Amino acid sequence: MKVVNKPIRKKDAMALVTGKPVYTDDIAPKDCLVVKLLRSPHAHAWMEDIDVSKAMKVPGIEAVYTYKDVPQKRFTMAGQTYPEPSPYDRLILDQRVRFVGDPVAIIAGKDEKSVDRAMKLIKVQYQVLEPILDFHQAKDSHILIHPEENWEAKCPVGADNQRNLAASERSTYGEYDKVMDECDIVVEGTYHTKANNQTPMETFRTYTYMDTYGRLNVVSSTQIVFHIRRILGHALDIPKSKIRVIKPRIGGGFGSKQTAVAEVYPAFVTWKTGKPAKLIYTREESQIQASPRHEMEVSCKIGATKDGHIRAIGVYTLSNTGAFGEHGPTTVGLSGHKSISLYGDLEAYRFDYDVVYTNVQAAGAYRGYGATQGIFAVESTVNKLAAELNIDPVKIREMNMVKEGEKMPSYYGETAESCALDRCLARAKEMIKWDEKFPCKDMGNGKVRSVGVSLAMQGSAISGCDVGGATIKLNDDGFYVLTLGAADMGTGCDTILAQMAAEELECDVDRVISYSADTDISPYDSGSYASSTTYVTGLATMQAANQLKEAIIKTGADMLDVEDPDLLEFDGDYVRNLEDGRKVSLIDIATKSMVNNNQVFQFTANCSSPVSPPPYMVGMAEIEVDKETGHVELIDYAAVVDCGTVVNPNLARVQAEGGIVQGIGMVLSENISYTKKGKLRENSFMQYKIPTRLDMGRLRVEFESSYEPTGPYGAKSIGEVVINTPLAALTHAIYNATGLRFYELPITPEQIAMGILEHEN
Amino acid sequence: MQISMILNGKKITAETEPDMMLLEFVRSQGCYSVKRGCETANCGLCTVFLDEKPVLSCSTLAVRADGRKVTTLEGLQEEAEEFGAFIADQGAEQCGFCNPGFMMNAIALFRENPYPSEAEIKEYLAGNLCRCSGYEGQLRGILAFLEYKKEKEQKGE
Amino acid sequence: MLTFRNYQKVTSLEEAYELNQKKANKIIGGMLWMKMENRNIGTAIDLSGLGLDQIEETDEEFIIGCMATLRDVEFHPGLNQYTNGAIKESVRHIVGVQFRNVATIGGSIFGRFGFSDVLTMFMALDAYVELYKGGVVPIQTFARMERDNDILIRVIVKKTPMHVVYMSERYTKTDFPTIACAIAKTGDTVKAVIGARPYRAICVADETGILKQGITEDTARAFGHYVSEHVRTGSNMRGSREYRSHLIKVIVRRAVLQLGGEQNAD
Repeated sequence: MKVVNKPIRKKDAMALVTGKPVYTDDIAPKDCLVVKLLRSPHAHAWMEDIDVSKAMKVPGIEAVYTYKDVPQKRFTMAGQTYPEPSPYDRLILDQRVRFVGDPVAIIAGKDEKSVDRAMKLIKVQYQVLEPILDFHQAKDSHILIHPEENWEAKCPVGADNQRNLAASERSTYGEYDKVMDECDIVVEGTYHTKANNQTPMETFRTYTYMDTYGRLNVVSSTQIVFHIRRILGHALDIPKSKIRVIKPRIGGGFGSKQTAVAEVYPAFVTWKTGKPAKLIYTREESQIQASPRHEMEVSCKIGATKDGHIRAIGVYTLSNTGAFGEHGPTTVGLSGHKSISLYGDLEAYRFDYDVVYTNVQAAGAYRGYGATQGIFAVESTVNKLAAELNIDPVKIREMNMVKEGEKMPSYYGETAESCALDRCLARAKEMIKWDEKFPCKDMGNGKVRSVGVSLAMQGSAISGCDVGGATIKLNDDGFYVLTLGAADMGTGCDTILAQMAAEELECDVDRVISYSADTDISPYDSGSYASSTTYVTGLATMQAANQLKEAIIKTGADMLDVEDPDLLEFDGDYVRNLEDGRKVSLIDIATKSMVNNNQVFQFTANCSSPVSPPPYMVGMAEIEVDKETGHVELIDYAAVVDCGTVVNPNLARVQAEGGIVQGIGMVLSENISYTKKGKLRENSFMQYKIPTRLDMGRLRVEFESSYEPTGPYGAKSIGEVVINTPLAALTHAIYNATGLRFYELPITPEQIAMGILEHEN
Repeated sequence: MQISMILNGKKITAETEPDMMLLEFVRSQGCYSVKRGCETANCGLCTVFLDEKPVLSCSTLAVRADGRKVTTLEGLQEEAEEFGAFIADQGAEQCGFCNPGFMMNAIALFRENPYPSEAEIKEYLAGNLCRCSGYEGQLRGILAFLEYKKEKEQKGE
Repeated sequence: MLTFRNYQKVTSLEEAYELNQKKANKIIGGMLWMKMENRNIGTAIDLSGLGLDQIEETDEEFIIGCMATLRDVEFHPGLNQYTNGAIKESVRHIVGVQFRNVATIGGSIFGRFGFSDVLTMFMALDAYVELYKGGVVPIQTFARMERDNDILIRVIVKKTPMHVVYMSERYTKTDFPTIACAIAKTGDTVKAVIGARPYRAICVADETGILKQGITEDTARAFGHYVSEHVRTGSNMRGSREYRSHLIKVIVRRAVLQLGGEQNAD
């Protein structure tokens, strides 16, 4: 391969490192109305009345909207393919407020100061209701979060608003109870992870304006332009033909922008007033009314023989979707399907779950999407099993993990057609010097060094659902424009998809211009999420480029008067007759395409996949624990990834490194806690501590590639799997250093130090 | 209030509110590289030079820059391109939103300490958060840049 | 958000003082904390035109202007030599370089914040603060005073021969301290200043002379216990009362041992 598998610079790299104005707020019209939201101070309340008359009198105020002004059809903000599995449980503004921070009024004015002043003058009469703040209390509670009659679940996901359920399912494979009973050993544990925020550096933001044709234009930092168009159509109750959605550069997403967190508010203002409007979330707003990870409690049970053969795995997940159901019914599925399946062809498994509504902010999509939480539980339980059987934790994985060609009953019956997990494990073991370092070494100064391990997997797109789309066009001088509906949120998909097109068209990547995404212009693509872009959009790109190549050759054949195009070869610059060496240049073909031409030189392909081939990963952490203070210092993190063919080694490596550090944050510093009234305490970077460059030690990432037969050039996904190993690996390392088993993240220095003290006494 | 300053080498005079922060002021002057990532002075995205020092423009009043020199990445394009190319060669720019603040502070580091050690790099840049890269690629880019700079100096260029 | 109607860059301390007597007006330091407040201020009083951003060193003392930044202090050769680098250690974990280039010594100390590394450090140095009306006051006294409308002009550190060691324990490297600790030895008297407990820093002297016989693993441990017993701690998001009391034992012991080691090296 000439272009694929090369560490090519990202197409937008130089614009970004030199600080060019390419993001939403940089390009927003200067005369936009400033939009802000008044938010509920209560976790659960009914608004008896709201009086905006004084606020409206503030000079500069254009509009103030409340629940009295908005359409009454419920919708979901989840960026998913229609019909969405997420329940239709939202209004733009609702008379019932369901969490601290729930929007109560939309205020639009000429500047921030007038809007702030108006906000203070809105009078709300709340009837404060009892909230559900503990997600264990939610199911079948006497308190109902969504009692409304027009609440609707469009898909059969086991949702029931009369029981506070956003989804529920029971599934068993094999003779689960019987196999468990027969096992020599059964190990269990319940693992709790919190509603961590993605915290992309660019907060949620959108601006909106009306165009020449009376259509609502929405420019937003989003991963999902087409879903946003549909969501806005539903929310505003207007035809989708009236809406156009564009994404400029995005300052990070990690799933957060797979939910229409901010779009509906300025869109409503512009639709109502006809004036351009802009909403920029503060960091605090991006913490309190965002789309964080689903808090989950995952109970895992593993049955094995006494020599360490895993026979059955059971998982029960209780997931907290918060006040609304976005991504609730889907994230939970991954907590079982993408954790149990690491152990391939088991005799039996059970996977049950409940997803409940509570009075905290609604959760959403965060890199890993439930797999992160499930893998933490299953991998921690495997580590516990290894300890109880006194078998090396690497060895027990070598014995049990999924191998290439093996069937995965818990992964929708798919077969692991490409899987280098064995090589990943072997390499990671070498990199970290596992045999030397496991389990720990006392450094003699109150500090202990130790290692820990975790496997991980994810998918590549949602099988039978996600649609990738690519349009490629030949232009003057023989350059190509690749138009996409996927969203490069810094990940580099504009570049890696251009690499694939260039590979197909035998040219340099610079000859392919990438453009994304605009609902009026881009081919349909379900968007950049679910680890789908490299895989399904990559497949679409390859197919479109291939069709264009055939058109080029066909035209070359006409120009060379050759009847059989098979006699011709296209080398990127020329179409050549292999028999006599005569040739015609791409430039001439491109010129021909623009004069007296009946041949199509623009091709669009769309692709879905019946399978979702998992990328795999092994993470091994080496840490040093200060036994007195409980401080955990990262020493080394060795990670080996099988993402199939690595399309761009640089970008794949940085994906892995970024994901690992986010995982480290989940384990060591990113806490989520609420006051008794349900207010989020970690509502800023002062309190929500994402790792700095002093907190992450050293990362070493390598690739052990399998070849995925269904993927573009053998590629699978990379974006999500990378966050899944640190949780169990670090927790394991902490156990190996201290003998303390932790079941909840983050693990604080205090818990370690006090745990050791208690242990010693 | 009217204030004057040398912004990226050009003298400007402009009206400002007494409570306007330098961040909003320089953006209103077209310096869109300067970004806001938080309200609590934790992220480093808004870093600019006040005279020669890197400061958080989110916490510096615009009026306090009156009569002084303010530099944003718009005024350091050559340096940004030269050094930035090494970040780009790692793919570590990622979403790019934290890049301007990071570039500014890294340039400040190189000016204060032309050949910093790894530990010095990490400590100096600790106030620049990045959520995409995991930092490791930024470090590789910096080390590669320093190597290049050393070679360039040895050749006497 | 913080708003104010007027900004006044004063030309004299008297002007600043007079403005500051009005409740609506406020003196601004680095503004790092103040700008996070949700309040309306009448006049923001700026002292930055008064030349108070210098650190002056004489044979007897260091005189640090209130507008000197944390970064100025961090890199002051005299202060670092005098404290054997402890001054740098006390501030280098605070958020980041750009933050410390803005944060002022005056603002840090006048706020008497519970989490303050700076107050902890300067208390260990037996510093004085010079108030415009209140005159020169020992920082220990100042730390206990209620906030008023006086102006902190300078911080003065006498060059009394002493050894000082600074240590802190933090959740992440640039976070607030969970506990901050400065140990100072003057002659053969040792004292510990404990900050971020999470209340305002407090000083505990070795009144029973635990360390009089010399610094050993045992005496250091005993002093750690002694300090822990004499410091009231509390709980917040960074840690519980119990954990802090435990940390004090550990960190005091370690700091005392480091101090002993450094002394031997001298």
